[in-house]
Amino acid sequence: MTTPTTPSVRTAPTVSLYDEPGPRTRRAIRLWSVVVVLALAGLLAAGLVQFGSRGQLDADRWTPFLSWPIWQYLLVGLWGTIQAAALVAVLGGALGLLLALGRLSPRRPVRWVSTAYIEVARTVPVLLLIYLMLFGLPQLGLDLPLIWKLVVPLTVANSAAFAEIVRAGILGLSRGQREAGLSLGLSSAQTTRLVVLPQALRFVTPSLVTQLVSLVKDTSLGYIVAFTELLYRGQVLSSFNHLLIQTFLVVTLVYLVFNGALSTLAARLRARPSRRSPRRAAAPVPAPASAPALD
Amino acid sequence: MDFFVDSAGPLATALGTTIVMALVAGAGALVLGTLVAAARISPVPVLRGAAWAYTQFFVNVPLLALLILAVFALPDAGLIMPLAPTTVLVLALYEAAYVAEAVRSGVNTVGNGQIEASRALGLTLGQTLRLVVLPQSLRAAVQPIGNVMIALTMNTALAAAVGVVELTSAVNKLNLVQAQPILIFTAAGLVYMVLALVIGLGAGRLERKAAIVR
Repeated sequence: MTTPTTPSVRTAPTVSLYDEPGPRTRRAIRLWSVVVVLALAGLLAAGLVQFGSRGQLDADRWTPFLSWPIWQYLLVGLWGTIQAAALVAVLGGALGLLLALGRLSPRRPVRWVSTAYIEVARTVPVLLLIYLMLFGLPQLGLDLPLIWKLVVPLTVANSAAFAEIVRAGILGLSRGQREAGLSLGLSSAQTTRLVVLPQALRFVTPSLVTQLVSLVKDTSLGYIVAFTELLYRGQVLSSFNHLLIQTFLVVTLVYLVFNGALSTLAARLRARPSRRSPRRAAAPVPAPASAPALD
Repeated sequence: MDFFVDSAGPLATALGTTIVMALVAGAGALVLGTLVAAARISPVPVLRGAAWAYTQFFVNVPLLALLILAVFALPDAGLIMPLAPTTVLVLALYEAAYVAEAVRSGVNTVGNGQIEASRALGLTLGQTLRLVVLPQSLRAAVQPIGNVMIALTMNTALAAAVGVVELTSAVNKLNLVQAQPILIFTAAGLVYMVLALVIGLGAGRLERKAAIVR
């Protein structure tokens, strides 16, 4: 069975890549460690000196970010980010599920339409979709609230990504699952709903969370449509306090912490020996005592 | 439709900018990403940690935030480069993290026997990586790297947000004059699709040539 997801994220490399280091190798590793630490420290020092020489490290340029009102201002932005991301996740996830099923449908027109949509939505820049939304829809006499000008293009783009993930999960499932469902007398739709999807979705949960990270990053395009999300708030804030470097570094840090938590979750899910993963679920079922003998 | 012909010159220049940005950033991301992937599997713990931190940073922070930081904020610290090289550099650094992840997932496809065999032959770790592991994992990673390159090409559009006149920015300007958004942006979308198609077909062809059947 092929794994549709990238293998676990944080594990050490394959054990057999090198032997247990002997004294000479240990010395070499120590030497290299020192070299790397020195190089990284040098880089950091050069950056700090450069920042310091322009007065960017002065305390009064950083202390504003210790005050609650500034954080309150930025957190309102983060809330906007979360709202937009949640809408895109729900809408894009639902649409993606339909598209994945459509792409695997036995009906040719459905398959073609779904495939075409996915391929187009994957290969057009989101920014272009946003421009189309910003300038195109008003021309058709349609004007949506601001948040939808961000959410709709992101949904279009992300639904294709979700579809591909779900499809990989369905294809990764052993064929026998579907056949078993059908031979139990379930209809095709019932088999999909009760047998295939529950297993496939559990299987690709880590990838779905990873896609969530990418989607949260995409909401930073709210900057373009002037929707109140984190990056836009950072932009507005920096035009008031003129602390560009500090403001955008703080914004970057907030993204890093928020998405880092999601990424860690994805890694955990991936590394977890899933008790109910499709692979394992099939194995431990013992032949029931009442199973009809074949001979 | 005539305005497409009238502004063919600037549009072609802008498309050229998009393509050059994608090529240069793509090459940079490939080289850097492979190095980061190698660091990620090295026996030096510090190097592994640094490579891990690198990928975590760029995978979790939006490209647009990094572009704005580099283009608008860093000049305050005296770090100024011309606009286009700055965006290409940020793009390369950003996508290198994804290339590294793709290469590393390729490394995991290299059989343990390969590594054991090379060690049994007395190759050093550097030789094992350079002669045995990376050549095979790069081949297994052709398709994933192709997808990263497509994403990179799409992401060059974000350079428009910081003022680089590439394709998206150019058609946006054209639209402000002509007010034909649907026609203009759809046409631009088609061009991007063609670029993605070229990369996808190229990766497919390369994969057929390079793939190792196991």
